[in-house]
Amino acid sequence: MTNATPSAPQPEPVPTITVKINGQSVAVPKTQPHPVTGQMMPTTMIQACELARVEVPHYCYHAKLPVAGNCRMCLVEYGTPALGPDRKPLVNPDGTPVIAKAPNPAISCATPVSPGMEIYTETANVKSIRKAILEFLLINHPLDCPICDQAGECKLQEYSSEYGQAKSQFAEFKVHKPKQVDLGPRILLDNERCILCTRCIRFTRDIVKDDVLGIVNRGGHNAIATYPGTAFDNNYTLNTVDICPVGALTSKDFRFQMRVWFLKETKSLCASCATGCNVVIGSREGRIYRYVPRENDAVNAGWMCDAGRLNYRWIGREDRLKQCLIRQDGAPRPASWKDALAAICARLQSATAGSVAIVASARQTNEELFLLQKIATQLKAVTDSIPRVGAGDSLLVNADKNPNSNGARWLGIAPAELGANLPRVAAGIAKGEIKTLLVLGEEMTRHFGAETLRKLDALIVSDILPNATVSLAHFVLPGCAPAEKRGTFTNARGQVQKFMSAVTPPGEARPELEFLREILAGIGGGEVPGNVEAVFDWMAQVTPAYQGLTWAALGDKGLAAAPTGANQV
Amino acid sequence: MIVKRKPLTFWERLYLPAVIYGFKVTVRHFFKKKVTMQYPEEKWAVPAGYRGAPYLVKDQEDRVKCVSCQLCEFVCPPKAIKITPPGPVPNAALGNVEKGPKEFEINMLRCIFCGFCQEVCPEEAIFLMKDYSLVGLARKDMIYNKQKLLELGGTHNDTIQKWKHK
Repeated sequence: MTNATPSAPQPEPVPTITVKINGQSVAVPKTQPHPVTGQMMPTTMIQACELARVEVPHYCYHAKLPVAGNCRMCLVEYGTPALGPDRKPLVNPDGTPVIAKAPNPAISCATPVSPGMEIYTETANVKSIRKAILEFLLINHPLDCPICDQAGECKLQEYSSEYGQAKSQFAEFKVHKPKQVDLGPRILLDNERCILCTRCIRFTRDIVKDDVLGIVNRGGHNAIATYPGTAFDNNYTLNTVDICPVGALTSKDFRFQMRVWFLKETKSLCASCATGCNVVIGSREGRIYRYVPRENDAVNAGWMCDAGRLNYRWIGREDRLKQCLIRQDGAPRPASWKDALAAICARLQSATAGSVAIVASARQTNEELFLLQKIATQLKAVTDSIPRVGAGDSLLVNADKNPNSNGARWLGIAPAELGANLPRVAAGIAKGEIKTLLVLGEEMTRHFGAETLRKLDALIVSDILPNATVSLAHFVLPGCAPAEKRGTFTNARGQVQKFMSAVTPPGEARPELEFLREILAGIGGGEVPGNVEAVFDWMAQVTPAYQGLTWAALGDKGLAAAPTGANQV
Repeated sequence: MIVKRKPLTFWERLYLPAVIYGFKVTVRHFFKKKVTMQYPEEKWAVPAGYRGAPYLVKDQEDRVKCVSCQLCEFVCPPKAIKITPPGPVPNAALGNVEKGPKEFEINMLRCIFCGFCQEVCPEEAIFLMKDYSLVGLARKDMIYNKQKLLELGGTHNDTIQKWKHK
């Protein structure tokens, strides 16, 4: 992955036009890129209203999808400057242009703006139209909000209370459609709740390019379905659950697990690959219930893959490492953090220069890797990290399955090619030159073999779940999943992004940063500030790649690093 | 404010008149109708609208009415209610009942009998009944589970019967 920012020619500045929205003049760009093709398209009224921060209720319109214009919820009234017989604008006695109001309302999602246009979103007529549209949408809607997973974040609920009416004139029986339709391995569809906005169809057709969804049957019996014999089974299906404005598409993973209003929302990152999709973690009482993507145009637009989204169950596993272990007489015995860290520091301090190796994980945060690098410098240790390569795709999934490979490179933990130092370490252990190995979050028996690891005088392991390396270790320090700590990752494109802790770690497990700074102090490497913010700011000051960044400036969406460092790829 | 303490008069200092006055009151009540109830042998007639212990009800066809929407858990001021949602795996034994609680616990030690749960319930599945004397030998006895709540709640004569027509 190269991180050099190409000095692309600046695109031509887009001319702006001025429109009036509810009497307020707003300058909007004349054209905006199409969400899928990128082609410049005329700015629509709804986009202009969005820029002016005027809310226009809508169902089928989605900023990142092509326009369908079928829900009619975004109808607004508008007018354009009137022209006289001489094709010149007519002017009122006070100098303002005469506005010819359009006889009928128009859907704001598909009507381009023109110079001098006036848009009215709050007239009595528009309000009565919204009421009528909502009444129509609710004709066949089952109103089963008490059992619907969408309740609480449902646009139909929100708009009904804000723009709708309490009573319906509909006295007939509702049409019953198929419920609990199995669309694919992760999606269950309730056709009765569907309002046929076709967001899901457009998403899978235009964004994922997997055209499997469509509408079947006629009139009131319209229903979303997959093409016969096919399943809705690509790696992005769960995004349709997010964009579904109602509770029609439900995630089998989250279905009937928890009502959304109980979920504590934490801004975090997906740690399943080097893309680093921005997510919001929904948790309650220390249990994680779901990941939903968070919008960040520099990284993941508003989407994330199903594999990354569902990769959270292990965090709550019962067999998590919960306390420090010290091997005594061949068997691991529980120990306090104080004793374990004291023993580790004593061991590391007595080690001769060059007899220590550190295998860090590119799943660790920049701050942790920075401290590890300091520890390595102090001990003159050789360091490396483990590459983790899988299948990538053209949309979001990166072939590099480590969330922080670039961090490991730029902080000097790993060479440009992750794992290039490993044979040297293995040979060192075999020859008896390397006697102490510090491993963080990696299963080393897969790379070195158990026999090699047994030759070590001291194997210090910090991990989250038990594995073969942990069972061989002389010292075990229980660590944290990304959802349990704070820190930053550097993604494949060099975007430095921070994540917050959603849940507390189990038992005595502690964030790695906390015990790494104690180890660093214990081996005479000096005091390190105790909080993530200060460590990041210090790291940014002394590491060329992160020059100029501060924790506060990163914000929710992160900033691009400038990789001018020694290990730049 | 300073309250002046008046010295007792001679009549007050005599003491006996006050005792006699007290006895007069006692003797008067001796011959009045008794107001004390011999609880627990004798039980109180609970008035309509009394807010006793909240229990879960079933409909006439033995379906659990609660759909695990957790609004009562949300609204409960002392956080006495804890509901475990059913999760995604459908329960074939429930027929066409799409959703119901896997577990429903009310901590009667925490409950303040405010009636918010009954008021908020969109399914008419929980009612404050007439039980006011709840006893147990341990704290855990006072956490009523779903089975116990349904047994105590009994059947509600339901006019809608939501699941019958699904």
